[in-house]
Amino acid sequence: MNYQDSFRDKELVQGLARRIAELTRGRKKPLVFMEVCGTHTMAIYQYGLRSLLPPEVKLISGPGCPVCVTPNGYLDRAIALSRLPDLTITTFGDMLRVPGSSSSLMEERAKGADIRVVYSPLDAVRIAAANPAKRVVFLGVGFETTAPTVAGSILAAKAQGLSNYFVLASHKTMPQPMAILSADPDLSVDGYICPAHVSAIIGADAYRFLCAEYQVPCVVTGFEPTDVMQGVEMLARQALQGESRVEIQYSRVVRWEGNAKAQGLLAEVFTPFDAPWRGIGVLPGSGLRIADAYGEFDAELALPVQVEELKEHQGCLCGEILKGKVAPGDCPLFGGKCTPESPVGACMVSSEGTCAAAFKYGR
Amino acid sequence: MCVGVPMQVISIEGDQALTEVDGVKREASLMLLDQEVKVGDFVIIHAGFAISKLDEEDAKATLELMREVFEPELMG
Repeated sequence: MNYQDSFRDKELVQGLARRIAELTRGRKKPLVFMEVCGTHTMAIYQYGLRSLLPPEVKLISGPGCPVCVTPNGYLDRAIALSRLPDLTITTFGDMLRVPGSSSSLMEERAKGADIRVVYSPLDAVRIAAANPAKRVVFLGVGFETTAPTVAGSILAAKAQGLSNYFVLASHKTMPQPMAILSADPDLSVDGYICPAHVSAIIGADAYRFLCAEYQVPCVVTGFEPTDVMQGVEMLARQALQGESRVEIQYSRVVRWEGNAKAQGLLAEVFTPFDAPWRGIGVLPGSGLRIADAYGEFDAELALPVQVEELKEHQGCLCGEILKGKVAPGDCPLFGGKCTPESPVGACMVSSEGTCAAAFKYGR
Repeated sequence: MCVGVPMQVISIEGDQALTEVDGVKREASLMLLDQEVKVGDFVIIHAGFAISKLDEEDAKATLELMREVFEPELMG
């Protein structure tokens, strides 16, 4: 067996599953581990990892899909901006179909708004440079992996002297919701599968306070089936021994201290603020807004618009799903009124959403 | 959105690198990387930026998996 195959090797994955079963055998209350990264959610569904685990171990999905935790109000503002003359919205593709209060960017595009999907925030800067008569707004949504790329785009726009590039920023940071969920008496999380690439930026040290304050084990894992299963095994071991430490399973990419340069860019361009999360509410210090020194690039300040009154989608359980309190199948809309083709809530829109993963893989 | 794809650096000019995977070439900014990078190295690219270095074997293994899990459009 070569090194490459070892990540997918069925025997190895099943061996890890057996070890987890042996460790937890006879346990009355299941151990509940939460993954807080949309890419982990996808991998867990794709490989059917839940079905390999014993009943003593339960995996639940948390608020790890950036599109899913973005509230309607943000979409409504983006939609209002898209209706301004000589304005181009640039965004990652998965924002297009997310319903706001009464429209979506996809619908606005069909009506003639200039909305373009880009691969990188730097592409948005290039569009701004090539179209000086247009105002170009990039929708800055994402966690600590994406936020530094947006910070980089603002610095690039500044270096080029552009005055027509703006960011509508709604970046979020991961450790705060994990603390809130840890403190929630309705939800007993016995350990976190910590996000892989977020951790590449913030470093595994960022989770130490969770272990200290909430006695909850944290393991940073990669995305391969063996990564996730090994991460679960490491969490189970800690939980059963009554320990709560941060461990790095994904050591091929993640370091304790993270990426200092990216952290520096975040600190330069953004300021922490109390951000609203869909379904969870406002979490103190959990978001990144554009720092005052870069206010000229802040679409919210520089391009005032009238935003329609907020309307929530009736019956959609996205909020409870994002907190790991209910499973997609528990939502009355799941698979009926709400499908990937015609999504009601964000968890069904984004491919990283729990509902989309559950729908696609039929579990 | 948070998918990071391992790609190989084939040329570097200032802060910009040209990277390649499966014959697909992408420009990537090295602005965020705090590690020394040279031609031939593998890096994880997220939204047009290299965010981390990784060694070749790890990169190849990760890629194999990602091809299976993700839709082509997410692979950038």
